[in-house]
Amino acid sequence: MALRDRLVTLAHGGGGRAMRDLIDTVFVPVFKPPGMEDQARLMDAALAEPGARLAFTTDSFVVTPVEFPGGDIGTLAVCGTVNDLAVGGARPLWLSAAFIIEEGCEVELLHRVVASMAREAAGAGVRIVTGDTKVVGRGSADRLFVTTAGVGVIPPGRDLLAAKVRPGDVAIVNGVLGDHGATILAARGDLALEAPLQSDCAALGHLMEAVLAAAPGTVCARDCTRGGLASAVNEIAAAAGVGVVLDEEALPLREEVRGMCEILGLDPLYLANEGTLVAFVPEAQAGAALAAMRSRPEGRGAVAVGRAVSAHPGQVRMRTVFGGSRIVDMLVGEQLPRIC
Amino acid sequence: MCLGIPGRIVAITDESRQMAMAEISGVRREVNVACIAEGPLEVLVGEWALIHVGFAMSRIDEGEAERTLQALRDLGEAQEALEAMTQGQQSLEAAR
Amino acid sequence: MKYASEFRDPALARALLARIAETADRIGATRAKPVHIMEICGGHTHSIFRYGLDKLVHEGVEFIHGPGCPVCVLPMARVDECVEIAERPGVIFTTFGDAMRVPGHRKSLMQAKAAGCDIRMVYSPLDALELARRNPGREVVFFGLGFETTTPSTALSIQAAAREGLANFSVFCNHITVPEPIRALLNDPDMMLDGFIGPGHVSMVIGTHPYDFIAEDYGKPIVVAGFEPTDLLQSVLMVLTQIVEGRAAVENQYARVVPEHGNPVSLAAIADVYERRPSFEWRGLGEIDASGLRIRPKYKAFDAEEKFGIGYATGRREVAEPEGCACGAVMTGRIKPTACPQFGRGCTPEMPLGALMVSSEGACAAYWQYGGARAAAE
Repeated sequence: MALRDRLVTLAHGGGGRAMRDLIDTVFVPVFKPPGMEDQARLMDAALAEPGARLAFTTDSFVVTPVEFPGGDIGTLAVCGTVNDLAVGGARPLWLSAAFIIEEGCEVELLHRVVASMAREAAGAGVRIVTGDTKVVGRGSADRLFVTTAGVGVIPPGRDLLAAKVRPGDVAIVNGVLGDHGATILAARGDLALEAPLQSDCAALGHLMEAVLAAAPGTVCARDCTRGGLASAVNEIAAAAGVGVVLDEEALPLREEVRGMCEILGLDPLYLANEGTLVAFVPEAQAGAALAAMRSRPEGRGAVAVGRAVSAHPGQVRMRTVFGGSRIVDMLVGEQLPRIC
Repeated sequence: MCLGIPGRIVAITDESRQMAMAEISGVRREVNVACIAEGPLEVLVGEWALIHVGFAMSRIDEGEAERTLQALRDLGEAQEALEAMTQGQQSLEAAR
Repeated sequence: MKYASEFRDPALARALLARIAETADRIGATRAKPVHIMEICGGHTHSIFRYGLDKLVHEGVEFIHGPGCPVCVLPMARVDECVEIAERPGVIFTTFGDAMRVPGHRKSLMQAKAAGCDIRMVYSPLDALELARRNPGREVVFFGLGFETTTPSTALSIQAAAREGLANFSVFCNHITVPEPIRALLNDPDMMLDGFIGPGHVSMVIGTHPYDFIAEDYGKPIVVAGFEPTDLLQSVLMVLTQIVEGRAAVENQYARVVPEHGNPVSLAAIADVYERRPSFEWRGLGEIDASGLRIRPKYKAFDAEEKFGIGYATGRREVAEPEGCACGAVMTGRIKPTACPQFGRGCTPEMPLGALMVSSEGACAAYWQYGGARAAAE
């Protein structure tokens, strides 16, 4: 049953013995799924509570390079889906993991990715209970694509909704901005920039529970993935029909991320994060929310970065370090490095 | 045409190709130093230069930088003094 | 960040703004009758909007955004030629990110990439050289875009390629120069400019003397400025001071980076590799004499126009701009972006008609992104 191949071939996706061997060697010993049926059959008592709701989300992960400082596609795949559940106020329970593997991908890489996923899942308190494997021809996938879907339970009485944000609510982030985006840019190699940066990839389920316990009036939260803080806040402003004003001076940024942005002409507000969320909390509970975040390792750098306002509904502005004001719009397409 | 950023030369990497390692806020990138080289390249280590598209284009003159900042600070003080005088004058006139 | 943060100190800015206000008052500048100061360089336009300087200065000071954005003045036909080269078999077309979204008649480089061309964004022409070394079977072309700030980098890269005998590297040269379009603007009878903020990084290459004609022949002050907000404000103050004192001179606010006589190595490399074209086409400004550079015959092995039989090497082509595009009028300061009938309607960042909306430092993109127009409308 042991896999002798070093590289994944089309045979490993064929549904036959080779595929069985791959699954039994790489995935099963680590994920230890509850049964060997096609579906996982699960129950959690919290789901049965009157007023509880099932939360369900999915995401695909296609990052290049597949491994980078601070994580790999597996870490992203687990944290991304856990966080999508957590920011909605759900306690994450179970994940599925589907792998699309490019012919020629090293089996050792799969082992590492799967190990990362197991580690993250254990830390987040979730189980990976079902999955799928496909192999595609060389060139059809960038070594490896991963799709995870996640299921969680929203306790009765909890209803986080962007549309409920009101003027006066405070915007809080749990840590520095842009680490993931800057790390990936540096790791891609084509810009030949070296920076001692790591992705901020982290599961935020425990952090969200701590915040919701300390500040039950928390209105909504969003993880600041593609499009960065700016995009997340724009979505919230639009949904709630409120304006948002950010404070440039308050934005937490590492020196190196600032440096990369200055060199490439990028705006850190739009860089992706994989372990940073923004939460809107009523002013009276903002202090408690901050304290709760700071009590967790993923939230040590938590800081208030702005607030919702009644002016310019749907639009996000920023008070610059200069005392001026500029609009922070939705990103148009991708941010590109510039020389001008 | 303009995105240039001050960086510090931290090491010479390839003397024959006139390449050096520059550091900008902790980020490192190999740059060409032909434009700022005057003789042996080791002299450049520790110096600041304006980096644009992978080239160190001009040395940053520390003295000039300080002079510019000082002129700005002097302006600031002069402005404060002016405002203090104006306020003082206005208080005097109000008191009459 | 050293040599940057100190020049972003808001406390220093306050004093400058107060002094600017006093000087503007002494000149008698008002919102209805402002002093028009043109910042030539797109990087300055970007800084002005990023820090909101246009809203912070005295209302009698109005910034006119000049043509110093090499992407914005790129004619559509040139983009077409880039795409044509990228479509040739075996070509790796390398470019700065700025050029990727500029619309051509058929496609932008971004769209050509989606259609299958091997188009790669690089940070430096040195990276294109490295690609050529590592891919001896492929033809690497670098899109040499930019004013004098960037020209030395491609010149030095071509010299390096020549020294190494690299047979698979060439530059598609679109380098242009600053003084000529300024002269063209100053000769325009409708022009109403009172002073200039000069391009700091172009000047670190060419020095300050190429601008002497602005003061001597046209009697306008010009201050060469750095890019941090206090640099720009200090430069505005210096322009206003010249105006109130009735002077017209070339002054250097950016002396920490700009040497009076420019950079000898850069200037020598440019002279060795490039020569002036008799005339060059500028989007929105038409043909301007002696404003564009081409690669000298001695380096023709590295000239993409020669290698691919394209562009000016083949003679003139017609160069129609898109219907309704007012980029030229905006760029020469005749109208503000908001006065362009297409702004926000037929021309938006998602669907740009002209380069001023595509380029991140184009006046229209800056207005849109930083909200000068929309905020003012409220």
